[in-house]
Amino acid sequence: MAKAKIKIKNLYKIFGNKPDQAIALVRQGISKQELLDEHKHVLGLSNINIDIPAKRIHVIMGLSGSGKSTLIRHINRLIEPTDGQVIVDGDDVMEMSSDQLIQFRRFTASMVFQKFALLPHRTVAQNAAYGLTIQGINEREAVERSQRWLERVGLGGFEKHFPAQLSGGMQQRVGLARALATDAEILLMDEAFSALDPLIRNDMQGILLDLQKELHKTIVFITHDLDEALRIGDQISILRDGAVIQDGDPQDIIMRPADDYIADFIKDINRGRVIKVSTLMSKASRVAGPKFESTALLEDVLTVLNQSETESGAVVDDKGKVVGKITMKDAIKAMARPQRAETGTRYK
Amino acid sequence: MLEFLTEFPDMSRRDLRDFKLAIDGAFRDFSRANGEAIEGFFDPLLWFLIWLEKLLVATPWPFILIIVAGLAYLGSRSWKLAIGSMLSFALIGYFGMWEDTMSTIALISVATLLCVAIGMPLGIWMAKSDRVQSVITPILDVMQTIPIFVYLLPVLMLLGIGKVPGLIAVCVYAMPPMVRLTNLGIRLVDKDVLEAANAFGANDKQKLFGVQIPLALPNIFAGINQTIMMALAMVVIASMIGVRGLGIPVLQAIQNQYLALGFMNGLAIVGLAIIFDRVSQKYGKRLQEHRGGHDHG
Repeated sequence: MAKAKIKIKNLYKIFGNKPDQAIALVRQGISKQELLDEHKHVLGLSNINIDIPAKRIHVIMGLSGSGKSTLIRHINRLIEPTDGQVIVDGDDVMEMSSDQLIQFRRFTASMVFQKFALLPHRTVAQNAAYGLTIQGINEREAVERSQRWLERVGLGGFEKHFPAQLSGGMQQRVGLARALATDAEILLMDEAFSALDPLIRNDMQGILLDLQKELHKTIVFITHDLDEALRIGDQISILRDGAVIQDGDPQDIIMRPADDYIADFIKDINRGRVIKVSTLMSKASRVAGPKFESTALLEDVLTVLNQSETESGAVVDDKGKVVGKITMKDAIKAMARPQRAETGTRYK
Repeated sequence: MLEFLTEFPDMSRRDLRDFKLAIDGAFRDFSRANGEAIEGFFDPLLWFLIWLEKLLVATPWPFILIIVAGLAYLGSRSWKLAIGSMLSFALIGYFGMWEDTMSTIALISVATLLCVAIGMPLGIWMAKSDRVQSVITPILDVMQTIPIFVYLLPVLMLLGIGKVPGLIAVCVYAMPPMVRLTNLGIRLVDKDVLEAANAFGANDKQKLFGVQIPLALPNIFAGINQTIMMALAMVVIASMIGVRGLGIPVLQAIQNQYLALGFMNGLAIVGLAIIFDRVSQKYGKRLQEHRGGHDHG
């Protein structure tokens, strides 16, 4: 795996009057509910350890209240942690002076927000240029430099409009252009597409993936939507009650959910459209039957195998060399949901 | 025993007298010692007020009419309002109140400038700190509710009768809305937008001038508008301590029961108030036009 760009180490966040006292209790293993009932402190994040690889899209997924928005705000220290480290390129963000932090936010990590958070009194062009003007670049040059990002997200021609004159999807494109214009290596996206309706959300995901193909930024993407996480994530961390409960690539999470909670989470996923043949193949070098690329989706594999009335097919790499074998039986097995634990208890 | 219940156990008459005398004496000594220095401190303000008044009176009336119409149009972008303002001024002049009106405008302008110059920074300071807010809010309450003559007394003892005490009296009464609405406006700035500014590395100055003040402008403008209105309401009181303007004839009318004189000058004040109010409100609205617009699906 690529080298970690951002390392989050033993991160704790406790909300309340005396977090320093509460953290001792948390370390001793008090539950979130007990902490709230007996000590009036809210456990925001509990011992988070995540390595976020460079130049990939790392999705942090969780339902509301899981602490995901709190977590992303620790990366650029919009929220102060109770304890722990966030190391970016070897420097601990938590140790930075306020000047260093300002530099970090200006040049290293930019952010896209769920509610867009555009400046209502500035035009689209001025909004896109905002990060650059904050860096100290004069307004005219900043607008010029951010122009290509506006065009890149498909907003050429809207420069003179004000945010309130645009639809939600277009406003978020401005938000994306604003974040890209600073040329920061890290892009923090806090439920960036959650406020958009499904079609527009799909569009925006496409735009992001296209951009990522050429930009190779380190993207931390927060979402509560599993489909979104599986579509854009190279790596997914699932958060529940302020703790990471599974960390892995999308295929991992689909094939081997760590617990009932996650198993329940993924039960409505269309497995055929997510699972790739490379996940299921067994190693082999000579196989008869139809050939599949290793990124082929299960759904397509099943269709082809069924039509060709063979029991197995060959998996080939991008040069056409056979690297593995996929059987009908494996494919069908993968379509079935993984079993929950024997007791059949559901998560609470 | 019964006497104790019916008579309030107050301070003895003699102690009370000594107490009052001590305060009066101390203040008199203070004003004797520092009166001149304090007067000197306010001199630039006095010169500015006199200069503006002379300028307005000396400017030929057709120019003033054109300037009034021009400013009204620039502020409101409405020809109706511009022509209406010009007509009101013409009527005021026709009924012989031109010079007094110019004096009043000079006073209101200087008072408003002063209130904005002091009130806005105070409001911003209040918005930044809850502790400052908890100290300043009761002071503002006092400024707005204390009977005007009560605080005029020390001002008069220090500075005597004249334009500066008048100006101070007006400002004490007219500044609170400016402070309050600036504070409110900055506190109401969208938290998400402010967070975005933070996330992009804006420093305090960039946040204040790039986000907080621009987003608070509608409220700040409401504050300026209120300040102008309250300053106009003080015109008659100010004239009691030697400020020239539309208040003087009103005072004469009260003393001599001149009904027509009183109404004419009173209505002139109302006219000014309506013009200032409409123009500044329209301007404030125009500032935020682009914020609500949903002309795009």
